[in-house]
Parts: sequence; C-alpha cells; structure tokens
Amino acid sequence: MRDLARHRLFWPVLALVLLLAVNVAATPSFLQIRMQDGHLYGSLVDIARNGAPVLLVALGMTLVIATRGIDLSVGAIAAIAGAVACVHLAGSPAPASTGTAITAVTLALAVCVLLGLWNGFLVSVLGIQPIIATLVLMTAGRGLAMLVTGGQITTVNNSFFRGLGAGYLLTLPIAVLIAMAVFAVTALVTRRTALGMLVESVGVNPEASRLAGVRSRTILWTVYVFSAFCAGLAGLMIAANTSAADANNAGLWIELDAILAVVIGGTSLAGGRFSLAGTLVGALFIQTLSTTIPTIGIPAETNYLFKAVVVIAVCLLQSPKARAAVWRRRRDRSALVRAGRA
Amino acid sequence: MSTVTRPEIATRSLADRVKGYSPPSQLLPVLATFALLVGMFGVGAVRYEGFASPQVVLNLFVDNAFLIVLAVGMTFVILTGGIDLSVGSVVALSTMIAAATLRAGWPPALAILAVLLTGTALGLAMGLVIHYFEVQPFIATLAGMFLARGLCYLISVKSIPIRDETFQSISAASITLPGELYVTPTVLIALAVVLAAAWVLHLTRFGRSVYAVGGSEASAVLMGLSVARVKVGVYAISGFCSSLGGLLFSLYMLSGYSLHAVGMELDAIAAVVIGGTLLTGGYGLVIGSLLGVLVLGTIQTFISFDGTLSSWWTRISIGALLLVFVVLQRFFNRREIS
Amino acid sequence: MTHMSADAYPSSGTSPRGRTPVDPVVQMTGITIRFPGVTALDDVDFRLFPGEVHALLGENGAGKSTLIKALTGVYATDSGTIWVGGAEHAFTGPAAAQDAGVSTVYQEVNLCTNLSVAENMLLGREPRRLGRIDHRGMNRRASEVLGRLGLDISPRSRLGDHPIAVQQLVAIGRAVDIEARVLVLDEPTASLDSEEVAKLFEVVRSLRSQGVAILFVSHFLEQVFAISDRMTVLRNGRIVGEHLTRDVTRLELVEEMLGRELEVLERLHREPSRQPDERRTPVLRARGLGRKGSLAPTDLDVYDGEVIGIAGLLGSGRTELARLLFGADASDSGSVEVRGRRVALRSPRRAVDHKIGFSSENRRSEGVIGDLTVAENMMLGLQAARGWLRPVPPRTRDQLVIKHLEMLDIRPANPDALMRNLSGGNQQKVLLARWLIMQPDVLLLDEPTRGIDVGAKAQIQQVVDDLAYEGMGIVFISAELEEVLRLSDRLVVMRDRHKVDEIPNTGVTTDDLMAIIAREEESARA
Repeated sequence: MRDLARHRLFWPVLALVLLLAVNVAATPSFLQIRMQDGHLYGSLVDIARNGAPVLLVALGMTLVIATRGIDLSVGAIAAIAGAVACVHLAGSPAPASTGTAITAVTLALAVCVLLGLWNGFLVSVLGIQPIIATLVLMTAGRGLAMLVTGGQITTVNNSFFRGLGAGYLLTLPIAVLIAMAVFAVTALVTRRTALGMLVESVGVNPEASRLAGVRSRTILWTVYVFSAFCAGLAGLMIAANTSAADANNAGLWIELDAILAVVIGGTSLAGGRFSLAGTLVGALFIQTLSTTIPTIGIPAETNYLFKAVVVIAVCLLQSPKARAAVWRRRRDRSALVRAGRA
Repeated sequence: MSTVTRPEIATRSLADRVKGYSPPSQLLPVLATFALLVGMFGVGAVRYEGFASPQVVLNLFVDNAFLIVLAVGMTFVILTGGIDLSVGSVVALSTMIAAATLRAGWPPALAILAVLLTGTALGLAMGLVIHYFEVQPFIATLAGMFLARGLCYLISVKSIPIRDETFQSISAASITLPGELYVTPTVLIALAVVLAAAWVLHLTRFGRSVYAVGGSEASAVLMGLSVARVKVGVYAISGFCSSLGGLLFSLYMLSGYSLHAVGMELDAIAAVVIGGTLLTGGYGLVIGSLLGVLVLGTIQTFISFDGTLSSWWTRISIGALLLVFVVLQRFFNRREIS
Repeated sequence: MTHMSADAYPSSGTSPRGRTPVDPVVQMTGITIRFPGVTALDDVDFRLFPGEVHALLGENGAGKSTLIKALTGVYATDSGTIWVGGAEHAFTGPAAAQDAGVSTVYQEVNLCTNLSVAENMLLGREPRRLGRIDHRGMNRRASEVLGRLGLDISPRSRLGDHPIAVQQLVAIGRAVDIEARVLVLDEPTASLDSEEVAKLFEVVRSLRSQGVAILFVSHFLEQVFAISDRMTVLRNGRIVGEHLTRDVTRLELVEEMLGRELEVLERLHREPSRQPDERRTPVLRARGLGRKGSLAPTDLDVYDGEVIGIAGLLGSGRTELARLLFGADASDSGSVEVRGRRVALRSPRRAVDHKIGFSSENRRSEGVIGDLTVAENMMLGLQAARGWLRPVPPRTRDQLVIKHLEMLDIRPANPDALMRNLSGGNQQKVLLARWLIMQPDVLLLDEPTRGIDVGAKAQIQQVVDDLAYEGMGIVFISAELEEVLRLSDRLVVMRDRHKVDEIPNTGVTTDDLMAIIAREEESARA
C-alpha cells in the first residue's frame, strides 16, 4: 500500500478516479457505454474522443518539457495545420476524394515539421530560451493561419478527412485510435530506443550530458519537431471534427491545457524524468473536468477556474519550498509533542 | 566572464572618453525602436494620403491607452526577468467587475476601487507564490490567467453593457488641443502611468532594485537589497496596471465581457520586447515600452489605411518584429557573456 | 594532526605586525558545519585582527569557502560561536553580516553589471532627497571613494563596460563605503593580470593601514607571501596550521595544504615504472595547447599503457589542461594529435570520437545525472556515441552493467538505483564505468578520488593501475601527492598556469614534488 502511494502515477490516477466518482454521483448512467449502429457511445467515449487533441499535443509537450523546454506555439501550429489541409482540400479539383485528403494531411504535417524545425533552430542553434523562442510563433502563427485561409472559415466536405475527427473504426472513434497509436509509438520509440534516456539526461544535467558526449543539439531539435508534428495532428483532428478550419479559434489555449496535462501527469517543469502514462492520465483528467463541470450544474466556461485551482495545487505539490514548509511545520509539531511528553 | 577585452578602458583618460562620446548603451535599443517608428511613419506618409497627420499620431495613443498601461506593468515584471501571462485575463476580469458592479448600482468610485483592488491583490498573490514557493513565473501567472478568466465566467457568461453615466461621459469626453486635435482622458491617464513608472524605476530604491534583481538576483541578495519586496512588488504592480488597463478598456468598449482582451498579454509582451527591454531582465526603459505600443499601433494604422492588406498581417508583422528583437537581444547577450 | 606553529597567537596578543596588544575583531570558535554526507567544517577556531591581512589557504574542499560563508552570513553554523567586534552574532543573511561590518568581495564579482558604477557601490544606502534617489549626490560620493582607490572611471558608467579587475575594485569600493571593519576577499586575483594584481594590492595595503582586517583567500602562493601578515591553512574542514607569514616557508605551506596521506593504503604491487617508448607515436600529443587566461601553451605526450600524474595546486592549470585535451573548453592556441593525426577538438563529442575520455573534478555538476539510474548513467557515454536510433541491445547492456557493478564493487549493486542516492565514492565508480564501457585509448581523470572514502579510493587506484597495464593511456590529476606518486610513470608539475617540470617517476618523493611546486621562480607575481 505504501509502495502504491509512492508510485508516481498514484496521485494523478487517484484524482482522475475521484473526478469520475463525482460524475457517477451526479449522473448514475455516466459509466454506461452502449452500442449503437456499430459505434460505441457514452460519456467515457466522448471524453476519450474530445480529449484526443489535447493528449496528442501533450505527448509532444512532455518530451519538450523533459529537456527543460516549453513549446508555446502548439496552438498556433494546430491552427496552421487545419488551415493548410482545409485550404488544400477546398482548392483541389477533387475535394471529396480520399487521395486529395491524404495529400492535404501530408502537406499539413510537412508544414508543421518545418515549423518544428524552425522552433528547434531558435532553441538549439541560436540558444534562445524556449519560452521566448516559441513565443514568436505563438504570436505570428494565427496570423499565418489566417493568411492561408484568407481570413475565412474554410469549410470542406470530404468524408475521409471528416473521419479523422468524427469517424469510427471498429466501433471506436478514429480520433481516439490515432491518439492511442501516437501514444504507443511515442512510448515505444522513447523507451525502446535511447531517445528517452538522452532526453532525460539533457533535461537533468545539460553540462554533464555534454561532457559525456551527448549531442544535445540533435536531441533538442528532435523534440521540437516531434512537438510540432503532434500539434499538427491535433490541429487536423480539430479541423476534421467540424470539417472547417477556423484560424482564430482552432486549438485556442490548447498549449496551456497540454502543459497542464503534462504537469498533472507528474513530469516536472524543471526537466528530467518524464512519464507518458502520466501525461495520458493528465489529459484525461482535464477532459473529464471539462465534462464534469456542466454535469454538476456549473456553467461550462468556469472550468478555467477549476483548472487554475489544479495548476496551483500541482505547483505547490511539486515546489520543494512549499513541501519543505509543510514538512517543517509537521516536524516542529512532532518535536513539540515529544517535548510535551518529556 | 570576459578576460579578453581588458585594460584599454581602465586606462583611458577622461579626455579620451569625452571625445569618444556615444549615447549611453541603455538608450540604444530605445533609439532603435524610435527610429523604427519614425521610419514606419515615413513610409506611411509617402504611401498614404493623410497618414502623417498629427491626429493619426494622437489616435495611436487614444486607441492604445489601455495597452500602454499594460505594457508599463509588464515592463516591471520583465525587468526582473519574470513574465506575466495573466494580464489579458485580468483586463477581462476588470471589465466584468466594473460592468457588474455598476449594473448592481454601485457608485462609480467604489466600482473603480473594487477593480483596482482585485487586480492588485491577484498580482500580489502571484508574486507571493512565485517568490516564496519558487514556482516559475510562467506557470504561476498561467494559473492567474485561468483564475481570472474563470472568475469572469463566474460573474456572467454573457456580455454586460456599461450604462453608468459617469463612465459614459468619461468615455465620450475628449480634450481638444490647438489645431483641431483632440485626445481622450484615458490618454492622459496612460501617460501619467508612464511618467510615474519612469519616476519609480529611476529615482527610487525600489526601482533601482528592480534593475538589480534583473541583472543578477544572487548579487542583489548579497548586496543586501530586499529582493523579496521587489519580486513580489513587480507582480502587484503588474496586477494593478492590468486592472487599470482593464478600466480604460471598459471605457473604450463600454461593456464587460469574458472574451475581451484574449491574447492581449502577447501584445503587451511584444510591445515591451520591441521597446528594447531584455526578456532575461535587467535592461530596458519604460519609455521604450511606450514606443513599442506605438509601433504595434502604427502597424494597425498602416493596415487600416492600406485597405488591401488584411488584418492578419498585424499578427504576422508583430511576430516578425518580435523575432528580430529577440534574435538581436540574443546576440547582444552573447557579447555580454563571452 | 593540528600543528600550530610555535608563535601562533595567544588569545589576545600583539597585533600582527608586532605593535600594541589588540583584541581580535573576528573570533570564531568551535565552528562546525555539516552538509548531507560531509562535515565541511569541523570544530574550527579562527581569529582575525584589525589592521592585518590574513591569508586563508587550502585545496578544493578544504573548507575555505564554507568558512567564509559562515562569517558572511550565507551559511548557518551547526555549532560554534562567531564574535565580531566583541559581540556575538548569529547572522541571518549577508545583510546582517554587512551591518556588523563584514563585507565580502567574491571571485565572481557579485555586483550587477547592468547598473552604474555608483549604484553598485551605494545601492541600498544611497543618498536621498525628498524621497527620491539623489543621483548627483550618489555620483559625488562614489567619485570620492573611487578617488581613494585610485580609480579613474566615471561613476555614471555602466559596470559591465569595465574589465573584471575594475569591477573587483568597485566591489571593494562598495565594501569601503560601508566602512567595513572586516573585508573578505575571496580569490579576488583569479582572473587578474599582474599589473591589476599590483593595483589591487595597493588598495589592500592602504585599507590595512586604516585598520581594516582583511581576510584574503588565494591559491597563488606568491601573492599570499607578497601581501599577507598571517595565514591559516585548512585541510578537510580542519585547521592544520596558523603562521606568521615571515616565519613560514613555502614548502611548509605546501606540505600542510596537500598533507601527507595518513591512511596506510595497501601498497599497490606494481611493475617498476614503465618508460615511454619514445620511438612510438604517442596516442595523444599536445603542442603549445593553451587558452588565454587559463593555461599557457603546454606540450604533453601520452603513450599507450602509461599513467601521467599531474601535480600542482588548485588553479595551477591542472584542470584546465585536462579540459582542453577533452575539448570541454575551446583552446585558442596549439594543436592536438591523436596517434599522429592532427585533430580539432571542438567539443567533447569530437574527443569521444577520437577515443578520449574525461572525468571531471566536479562530480556533481559535471558528471552525475542524478535523476537517472545507475545503469543509465553507466550507459550514457556509449549510448550517446551510438546515437539515439541505435540503442544498446538490452542483453549487452545488462551484461556490461553487471560486469562493471561487480568489477568496481559498486554499492548498492542495483542497476536501477537512482544515481543521486549513491555515496560519492560509488558515484565516482559509476562515472568511471561510463568511460570504461566505451573503451577509450586515453582517459583523463581529474581528481577521481576527491572526497570519497578510503576503500573506494584504493579500489579506484587499483583500477587505474590495471587499465594502464592493459594498455590505456591515463592522465591522472590529484591534489594528493602520494597518490600521484604511487600511480604514475611520469610526473608533470604545474604552477601558475604553466607546466614547470616533467620527470620520470623514479625515486621521486613527495618532498621532491613539493619542492618543485613551491619553488619560487622568475615567474613571481605581484
């Protein structure tokens, strides 16, 4: 039991379970999943599907944060990805064909990789602090997306593309399948190759890593490209879900939700050890929170308030100073108790 | 840690120094921003009729008074090497509180007081968390940002119009200047804030300590300066400025709305950086931030004069300018360090 | 162990330069400071008299900076008392120490380079008028102090525009304006050239004549002899000597600083000193390798299967040489050849490709990846060399890790233990394993045995010996001369950023080495 409590996923999972319990208390049918027209339906499925974009972005963010970095530009990149794909689809001679959709998706992801290379260049070659380097694209990115769409909300009508966000495959939402596939591949790549270990070593002690011969520049570049790729995928999903590219609002604040998911999952903003499973739990927690709030009769928009409370709580839990303050008080008290007994 | 560029300066006589006078290095970035502003106006004057009129210049102030105030607060924070992501949300919260309290029949003075107190308290709280629990400014103010937006929605999900007479009359008021020019009272408030900030930053111990903390926090501690007061203080100031900016914004919009000022923190940060303040702290002038806001305003004016340029070029050019200044800062920094 | 020289002070003695009886301005008694795992200061007594320059000497980890930080209020003491000016103090921070009249000038100038010279000198107690800073008055007051220090710079100029030496003097100016009773100078000359040092000493002497007590920390013996009246030597957190400068020789000092190893390590039975075969190509050859401000151009040859011992005091250039050979710092003169081929060591990465390994003296900050496991720390070097796409196969990895855990007797012998939870000695062994796994041709070991327990030390020495026997070329740097003598085939002696001697290790004694290190030469500074 003690070991269980010490496991790094214990608190995030506990929080998620408690949140689910609140939902069950509010709506007893919450956990029900029913089959309809060969699709699974239910609140849990909705949470998984709506949480897929955040999870994707958070996966990329996890690796970036593990290197002591941060990527603020993911929301803008998501918007650009959706814009590129939709504009390509809308402008092609065969806007409904699967082939066009595949080209559009490939094109959008290629653009995102370029943007990731750009971020990586600023961070690893020019040595600009990550928060500042990615701020540039965060500021300009939505402008670029609007440039691509011409300021319009570009709508498309392509069943393959729509499927990315709203479709089902083998009874499950495709978005969930994609997110889980990326999750599995990321976990596999980071833990089966040496990427995970090198990312962590750069994050924990950059100088010692350099002296051990680690090519930190390549590592940094890789994680920013990966983060942009994930953001692009998320952006495609968001655009596909509505079959439209909204340069202004697609992926708005998703960077913050992603950071939140990473932090809740137990990966420290100071870099180093990361937990992809933790990020998964974190992303689900955030999505469940967004679902819970209207369920228990509070305006949906106030979920920001709850997120703020979660951020503060997690930060204080992670802050050595705050923990030390609590611990010292407890120790003082136990000293008092001992003194009282004596 | 330079051991390379050594003795020549030390041995230079006073006469040499007078001969080789150049503007103080801290002014250079501000001069660069000013040159940029003048250059943009030059281009605008050539390309568009009526661009170079004095009223266009004054309108920059009128339309961006709230942003000037935000940028001033942000300057304090960035000078210490921190960042405040909450300012946009605090602006929205301020418009909401003003609108809601006025609708509830509070006297305007009391409503204004409530707004300013809320903003300052929020900033203070973030500062305390940042300093005493060593939470990164980025994440603590992110929490503040969420909190403020959440509180907005708690007050009302819908937009609340401001019908209070005092607010309406201030909003409609204009001050005529000679030559058929006018400004609004909000401009005067914004300029007063700039002057007050410049005074504090240059003529008080607190202000100089802000620079010291930004230059080197460890040194500031060893010099015996009250680092805690500075680090908490700048966030309180930023919170105050955000709420004051929010009041100006509510005068501008005459409504309170949860979706006001989305992303305005980015504009404020961009203005400060374009104004020559180093994001790593320690260097920068509040007058630079004022110029930075004017540069952003000029971009907008440019686009509205042109008519063929689309609005998104605003964001793109702000991003490009931000990039240029960030990269320049990086090389300036590298020279300092190596 | 503590041997006080004959004329160490009575508790209230004559002033250092032998005039009137005087009370110490600082008296520290029984100071003990512990950090997790180490006792940094162990029951230290220390006194400082007005109008003296008192040098504090010792190697890395001897406790010099801990002692200073206790005196200047940065560290709290675990036990002991600090009296300053006749009153007992328990400083809560640097500000409190300053109020008591103790000012400090650190090696890394602790001022703000972005502020003006005057602000750096006066901020915190600047003159004010009508609630605002009186900049004019402040500049005037700063000018006066600068004049007293003989500095011809404008108080309005930005501090960062001045060379380090001037910044150092400005820092002293700040201390002088506080009217400090005690001025602590922590290695103030480390980055100054000899002219600048002379200037600094002028100021120090004038302060001394005004009755300020000056605590001077330096590892440059020439400077210590040139400026100090009295000196205290620390080793391993204890005071090992207190002398009047005029009564002590360089050699005695070096002996005290480096110490004679008291633990009787079982004498390694090793082959007679291997002589390098001069006809062969050295595996690593440096010619005129140097870097401005840290190492004068230096030649060094390393042959297969030999141990080169580098002896010298802290700051002599011993670490700097190793870092240049590994590409950890960029050299600005000279060349390096690996097996006769000229190579450019632009980064550690390149050095690794040429099969050179380097273990830093700063184990914690430059070696250990604390949050990773022992196995990961061991495999990091090899994995980095292979790139992230080609992971070491798990089987090979396990074999390598287990093999080295056993070979080096690492405890706990658990590959999944977190590195930060290991003791210093075991961490050092893991770092050694990191390099052994890569099978380098040359291994540069900078103080691999510092601050670790005797058992681990003997084991590491044994491993070094075995490696050389198997054909690896090793550069072994240590502050402990016995250790250097025991392991090395050839000895290189460094002093003042120069290589001053290179001798085969045949019949050399620690006394011989100390004599070379302490030798006063034309290179005398100041």
